[in-house]
Amino acid sequence: MRDVCFAYGDQEVLHNVSFSIARQELVAIVGPNGGGKTTLLRLLLGELQPRFGSIRIFGVPPTVARSRIGYVPQAIPFDPHFPVSVREVVLMGRVAKARLGLFGKKDHAATADALAKVGMSGFAGCAFAELSGGERQRVMIAQALAGGSEMLFFDEPVANVDAEHASQLYNLFKELTSGGVTVLMVSHNLGVVTGHATQILCVNRTAGLHAIGEVASQTFTEAFGGSLMALQHGTDCHVLDPSTAMHTPHHGAGREAQGTDD
Amino acid sequence: MISFFKDLPVYPFLLNAVLAAVLAAVAGGVTGSLVVVRRSTYLAGAVSHSVLAGLGLSRLLQRRFGVEWLTPMGGAVLAAVTVALLLARLTTRGRHRPDTALSAVWTGGMALGVSFVAATPGYQDDLMSYLFGSILLVSGADLLWMAALDVVIITVMFLCYNRFLAIAFDKRLAHLRGINTAFYETIYHLLAALTVVLLVRVTGIVLAVALLTLPAATAGLLVRRLDRMMLLAVVLGIAVGVGGLAISYAPGWPPGATIVELALVVYLLAALFSRSRKREEGAIQ
Repeated sequence: MRDVCFAYGDQEVLHNVSFSIARQELVAIVGPNGGGKTTLLRLLLGELQPRFGSIRIFGVPPTVARSRIGYVPQAIPFDPHFPVSVREVVLMGRVAKARLGLFGKKDHAATADALAKVGMSGFAGCAFAELSGGERQRVMIAQALAGGSEMLFFDEPVANVDAEHASQLYNLFKELTSGGVTVLMVSHNLGVVTGHATQILCVNRTAGLHAIGEVASQTFTEAFGGSLMALQHGTDCHVLDPSTAMHTPHHGAGREAQGTDD
Repeated sequence: MISFFKDLPVYPFLLNAVLAAVLAAVAGGVTGSLVVVRRSTYLAGAVSHSVLAGLGLSRLLQRRFGVEWLTPMGGAVLAAVTVALLLARLTTRGRHRPDTALSAVWTGGMALGVSFVAATPGYQDDLMSYLFGSILLVSGADLLWMAALDVVIITVMFLCYNRFLAIAFDKRLAHLRGINTAFYETIYHLLAALTVVLLVRVTGIVLAVALLTLPAATAGLLVRRLDRMMLLAVVLGIAVGVGGLAISYAPGWPPGATIVELALVVYLLAALFSRSRKREEGAIQ
């Protein structure tokens, strides 16, 4: 992403954002509410077009790279009466690549593999509507994995997932990156993020990308000590004590959320 | 009811009616299930009422200008396809609210139909049969039309089922996965339109939506997968179609209305059954 500016009407949300992410990185996108995280994600997905600047994924615009990207939203507008099984939901991850008609053996094998990775093999035949919120989230992650994407975007991937499965999912993300996949995830849980991500992208109108070791050595020691402090990269993003990160409002964010649903 | 089955082998029009009910149930069950899970029954309503414009136009061209090739069925298909393409355009690419677009097409199509009928010389008795259904008047040519439409609908549904399911589940995600959602939305609108044309021949413009949605909605209460819902909706559609014909035959009731009333009774029974089953499951848990 180079010199990207984006605005909803007159309200500029992102200003001169530039960063470059290498393959196989596990990048955590953090920042205050209204800082532009979701807008950044939608730009990377090709749903929004930057007002200025350019975005390239695998050397091409996001809309062209779409078939190589997997995305899992924080929540889906799901109809509880929708008649679909867990297996069918995961198979949807392969639908764009599959031929017309019935799914083939490869599609079913990839689906079974993806369900096993998220610990949901035993639920394949169940109705999707019968699952809990956390289980649905894991199925949606399996859907993204089944597509065999080279880059995966997750918006709060463990928001509804219990601690044990969250830890398993983060380990899975690490495995994926060592297998050649690049993972970007939006997260508010900085304690967990710093334990698993290789890089941290702090977004608050502008953005800064840091290697996680470098950030931790400078700032996270203090953050884990319980204090609230700013990252040292020129933006207003703040790191919270992980024990309070889910409950403490972001202070000093500099602006209210306008036009985004970060 | 017994007299219906006694007369069935004797009178060809009764056999034609049964075949029409079966052919309509196939299309209605398959497409109707998708319409129901997508909560787009108003699309079917808009198409069915716009069909009057096609019927009126065909009759006007025949009576006033001697254009014989555009039959009422052809006019109905033409109007349905035009409306489907228009709605697909308005609701997927335009900036119009879907309900506003549907209302405009619904009422506009109906108004055009009324104007065409008014401009046509003579009494339009056969158009009345399209308004309220005339399954007992279905001809061999009508059956061929209906069978051809069934083949098209089933073939397209088989080929595109996975994409339709993904779009119905989450259109945004389907688009981000690389599916050409605008293209498949157009195909879906066309399928729904062709199905409505089939159903209009059985129950009429006014009641076509009921036959499209009630068997599918009933099936949706009993099964939890879309493909099974489609199969069950077809079976239920055939049952209420033939059952409604049989019930209406002896007392001389309007068959289209009786079919819809039977479909409604079956739906209510299924809703009661589904509710009691959920209560039992809740009690066990």
